[in-house]
Amino acid sequence: MKGRTLLRHGKEGMKNLGRNGWMSFASISAVTIMLLVVGVFILLIMNMNHFMDSVEEDVEVRVYIELTASDADQEELKSELQQLKHVKDITYLSKDEGLDQLIASLGEENKEVFESLREENPLNDVFVLQATDPQLTAKVADQAETLPHIDKVDYGKQVVDQLFNVTKVFRTIGVILVLGLMFTAMFLISNTIKLTIVARQNEIQIMKLVGATNGFIRWPFFIEGLLLGAIGAVVPIAVVMGGYHYLYANFADRLRLQFAEMVPVYPMTIQVSLILLAMGTIVGVWGSIASVRKFLKV
Amino acid sequence: MITIIEMMNVTKTYSNVVNALNNIDVIIEKGEFVYIVGPSGAGKSTFIKMIYREEKPTSGTILIHGSDITNLKENRVPYLRRKIGVVFQDFKLLPKLSVFENIAFALEVIEEPRDIIRKRVMEVLDVVNLKNKARFLPQELSGGEQQRVSIARAIVNDPRVVIADEPTGNLDPDTSWEVMATLEDINRHGTTILMATHNREIVNTVKKRVIAIESGRIVRDELRGGYGYER
Repeated sequence: MKGRTLLRHGKEGMKNLGRNGWMSFASISAVTIMLLVVGVFILLIMNMNHFMDSVEEDVEVRVYIELTASDADQEELKSELQQLKHVKDITYLSKDEGLDQLIASLGEENKEVFESLREENPLNDVFVLQATDPQLTAKVADQAETLPHIDKVDYGKQVVDQLFNVTKVFRTIGVILVLGLMFTAMFLISNTIKLTIVARQNEIQIMKLVGATNGFIRWPFFIEGLLLGAIGAVVPIAVVMGGYHYLYANFADRLRLQFAEMVPVYPMTIQVSLILLAMGTIVGVWGSIASVRKFLKV
Repeated sequence: MITIIEMMNVTKTYSNVVNALNNIDVIIEKGEFVYIVGPSGAGKSTFIKMIYREEKPTSGTILIHGSDITNLKENRVPYLRRKIGVVFQDFKLLPKLSVFENIAFALEVIEEPRDIIRKRVMEVLDVVNLKNKARFLPQELSGGEQQRVSIARAIVNDPRVVIADEPTGNLDPDTSWEVMATLEDINRHGTTILMATHNREIVNTVKKRVIAIESGRIVRDELRGGYGYER
């Protein structure tokens, strides 16, 4: 194809947007609304995921050291723990610190009862392990259990298993919803575009009759679809970027006090914007080309 | 003489119905002006559509300017159509393009440079006497003017033959003559013209070769014939 022909297709595609004013407007609106819903939903799901990540991060393995273990034994145990697979982090919690935490967690009224324990602390010294991946916590605990000088290993098996089950269900639902929504959006958008092109069946027929090749007819529609999608993505992207920025600035600190982190504005909003732009243009082009193809078989 | 259109033993059958066209043999030479007449449903449209390959014959052979288009591949069809100008009863102009753009479109398709397009379009607008309406939209023109635009589009890339499918079918008598005059003018400059028509007055007044089709057969082929079917 000659360069000036490509230029002609580009211009023609743009002009067609104007020539089919209301139809273009309908298509762009469909793209805008659907991408808006998809965009907001992706942000929600990503924040939910982020929240579940942080909950899972809190899962830890407590290795209770035998009361009889000497300092040397403890050192040895620590280095052995460090060599275990999937261990990200080890912190040492002496029985005194443990008691401090316990007393603090029990509140004022019981404080005195436990203060008396300070003389004869019944707690163990503890190594707190974090797995490289929360899902691997059980494995780390099993490995740790085999080591010497250990009283017991605990990671709240019941609770953790349940937690992971719950997060898994939520994540799956999230993925299904996003995919379903994306699919619906694509279907609706391409259908709207198809309707606008059906109205131009005559136009395509005439192009064929004056000897336009199928490629020649398709190009302006390709560009038109691309523009419809890209223009339709503008508002959703602005809302995602601006809206999330606003929410983050106003609510992130307050939520942090409730132990819920929001996903930082960047790079997430950029990624979501790119997804929306890609969806818009792909669906625009697809809807446009697919419907033209039907009429090319004259 | 140079043969522009040659049909040999051409038969067209639509599914279930009887033959739309039956064993058609016809030769049309360069520079001829031919009327195709006959009652509705006799096969005129099928006859014409096969020439620019909107329909494919069921059997037989069609040669256009010596080349066999019977088994023309789908992707070669556009190149055939560039050698044939077609004019329709309903004009088939693009409603959102100006007169100029409508005509230029046929040249853009063959990737002519802009300056040549401009020059050629103005030339044919002169031929059909619409130079002053170049910027108008089709709906701003009268029926006769619209049909002349579609004729201009049909001849702009110098086709070997112009096919007109009832070009006066939607026009009142006066405008019909206008269009007829334009077609004759083009024919005088050497372009072959094939015109399917129901217009008895035109056929009887402007005497040309007449091919009459009835029930899918050529029943009459006279060099300076009349419309026939007189009541």
